[in-house]
Amino acid sequence: MTYEERLQNVAVLGAAGKMGSGILLLTAVEMADLALLPENKGKTFVLHAIDVSPEGLAGLMRYLRAQVRKVAEKKTVWLRKMYADRDDLVENYDIIDEYIFDVLNIVRPVTTMAAAYSANLIFEAVSENKDLKVKLLGDIDRHNENKPWFFTNTSSVPIHLIEKEAGLDGRIIGFHFYNPPAVQKLVELIVTGKTDCDVVEFALAYAKKLRKIIVPSNDFAGFIGNGHFMRDALHGIREAEALAAEKNMPLYKAIYIINKITQDYLVRPMGIFQLIDYVGIDVVKFILNVMNPFVTDEDLHSGLLDKMMEQGVKGGQMSSGAQKDGFLKYKGGRITAVWDVHKQEYVELDKFQAECDEMMGDLPASAVAWKSIIRNKKKDELLAGFFNDLKASADLGAQLAVKYGRKSKAIGEKLVSDKVANEIDHVNTVMLTGFFHAYGPVNNFFD
Amino acid sequence: MMRRKIYLTAGFNTVSLGTGRKEFNPKKPRPGLEHYFKEAGQGTLKQIGGAKNVDETVIGNFMAARFNNQAHLTGFAPLIDEGLQWKPAVRVEGACGSGGLSLLTGMRSVLAETADVVLSMGIEVQNTVKAIYGADILAGAGWYQNRKTGHAYFFPGQFSDRAGACYEKYGKEKVRAGMKQWFINAIENARLDPTAQEYHNKTADLGALYDKLQPNGAAFVDHLNVLDCSKVSDGASAIAICSEEGLKRIGVDKKDAVEVAGYGHVIRNITNDPTDPTELETIKRAAHNALKDAGITIDQVGTVETHDCFSIAGVLTCEALGLAKKGEGADYVAASNTARKGAMPMNTTGGLIGWGHPTGATGVHQAVTIWQQLTGKAGDAQIEISNDRPYGMTINMGGDDVTVVAIVYKRGA
Repeated sequence: MTYEERLQNVAVLGAAGKMGSGILLLTAVEMADLALLPENKGKTFVLHAIDVSPEGLAGLMRYLRAQVRKVAEKKTVWLRKMYADRDDLVENYDIIDEYIFDVLNIVRPVTTMAAAYSANLIFEAVSENKDLKVKLLGDIDRHNENKPWFFTNTSSVPIHLIEKEAGLDGRIIGFHFYNPPAVQKLVELIVTGKTDCDVVEFALAYAKKLRKIIVPSNDFAGFIGNGHFMRDALHGIREAEALAAEKNMPLYKAIYIINKITQDYLVRPMGIFQLIDYVGIDVVKFILNVMNPFVTDEDLHSGLLDKMMEQGVKGGQMSSGAQKDGFLKYKGGRITAVWDVHKQEYVELDKFQAECDEMMGDLPASAVAWKSIIRNKKKDELLAGFFNDLKASADLGAQLAVKYGRKSKAIGEKLVSDKVANEIDHVNTVMLTGFFHAYGPVNNFFD
Repeated sequence: MMRRKIYLTAGFNTVSLGTGRKEFNPKKPRPGLEHYFKEAGQGTLKQIGGAKNVDETVIGNFMAARFNNQAHLTGFAPLIDEGLQWKPAVRVEGACGSGGLSLLTGMRSVLAETADVVLSMGIEVQNTVKAIYGADILAGAGWYQNRKTGHAYFFPGQFSDRAGACYEKYGKEKVRAGMKQWFINAIENARLDPTAQEYHNKTADLGALYDKLQPNGAAFVDHLNVLDCSKVSDGASAIAICSEEGLKRIGVDKKDAVEVAGYGHVIRNITNDPTDPTELETIKRAAHNALKDAGITIDQVGTVETHDCFSIAGVLTCEALGLAKKGEGADYVAASNTARKGAMPMNTTGGLIGWGHPTGATGVHQAVTIWQQLTGKAGDAQIEISNDRPYGMTINMGGDDVTVVAIVYKRGA
């Protein structure tokens, strides 16, 4: 089966979800572009968008329409060539409209799993629940005569377990997009011991067409991305708890401090507690639960996350993309308060921010902001200057930051020694491209 | 020779709003047509004693019918001042040459002695649509039957073809060196005019930026980068066109006015491709007619405002004006002859690439700049105008060298 033939009948499971909708968009556009090529004229391309939520699917179609317009506006030069034989399409506006229709016309939104029974390729983006994934993929495989290939977007479940339990035998691969899939360049590629070479070859070709950066990860729960992020997050939580105990201060203040350390001092796009909120406290807890049984030398669990869930504070995003409140409270994207887990209420920043900032000490004059440095050619030089000043400082903030930077490096190195990643460079690439860090966690800045 | 003396005075430009200006945010609401009518119109009326002194309003506009879903712009004149109601107003259109036609129409009313004071305006509000759809609208300046086979970015495509023809004939490196210098001059001049769209431009090494952005036909057009192109702009300009009596009526001294020495106005068949893509024939003819009408040669002109919708148009205009031999326009520009301290300062407030290109307003904006330069009102952008070369000239082009209005000016006194 050629690349085109494989993509003539595709299904996405969990298509209305955050990851599923992005995967669906990218795949629908790739399929529509193939359909427009002269050699494929007359061939039918079908993409089943499968989800349990009818409301979600309605939202998905609206999302697709808006996103495909943006995609089309960026490649109108090419589209004019593809529609050159259509005398009725004259202006860019006509052509872009027709393309939107052509992409949407490939997509079949459905709530029944049976739609995947005819597919050659199935993307799986349902929730991080191994048993659910095994059941769905196994069911589809039993009803599908095409011996389909399965691309799972799991960010934590070992692929070989799904393969074995669902009886997929070499026809599954981990193809882990980062959120949001339409924007993030990174894809983690995870093969099992059995994954067929043809599946890998297709995955690489597909990733190339989507202009994604592939980083191979070995098949360990959490892979490279969550392998680092989850441990980094647990470290942040534990640092906050330790700081609160040591300084005898309420936990919310310590959470504010550690969040600020991880953003302003470590020059990251967002602080660690904001990132947990962004991903969703529930999702983080879920991923930790998946990973924890597979590690023997550490406990990937946080009582604080359990408590937040019990108190109904979950973070995550609304369907509009706006941030829901979690550890932190947000207004127009800005942090305005921190959750007090004891009193179960948000405490406004202006009540304690100045006190915490004073405790941390001033940032050195060499401090650089993530936004201003991310594309700066002298990035490494500037970062080294800033981090050297932190190392030389006796301020609390500087010391916490240096300690955090070293821990982050140790986590990265352990991923290699545990054979999750084949090399340090892979860990750094994942954090640079999947998490938009300004520098890889494995570096010499904090030595 | 003009059969009656005609003066221009009381020029006014709004900011040219669009990408590049700090206050521009494509996601936030912006001023519409009404605002620009008022701001520019009132800017001129304030200098001439108000609407009571105005006999007629002329409005140059290209495509409000599509950019703003609004035709019939004459009825907007009373928004400027209620005193313009119950008086004549006319809207004229010649694509990006609409502003030039606005000037010309006002001048004709004065020549015909049907008016002594005309409020001449140009206006365009184009940021209502994204550039990719704006390209469809602006393509209306070409022949509609060419739209289907034309480029996604239709007009950049037209001038990309001209640039490509020049590369082939004269060598790409040589031609692009001229285009690059044209761009650099445009930005450096725009930085001197607070109303210019590139006024806030802080790029330290403009040449390096230009070199970095190589033309990429897959994303844009084959032979131009975005820096070779004028901006998508919202803006309006206004100026008063007066007879001698009119000037007295509004109480403006001749030294604060420029006098029209001559003009040329030529069109070519829009359904034909240019005979020679490396030549701007209509500009050549219109400019020749204007100089002849004024009874002068190009050597007597001290500054030119020309229609550099694309850098290649600026380069080719140097040849059309006889400043450089055919094929040597790029060298002429590359040697900084058109820079503000060069042999022939051109587009001293940035032109269409630097100041901005609110299409229907551009012709009037050019006249305002010449008026500022010849009367010493150009502020930081002021250049020296010597007595042996006292004339200024505007060249306003509609479409791909289709409608051209060229005007020669001298000091009013």
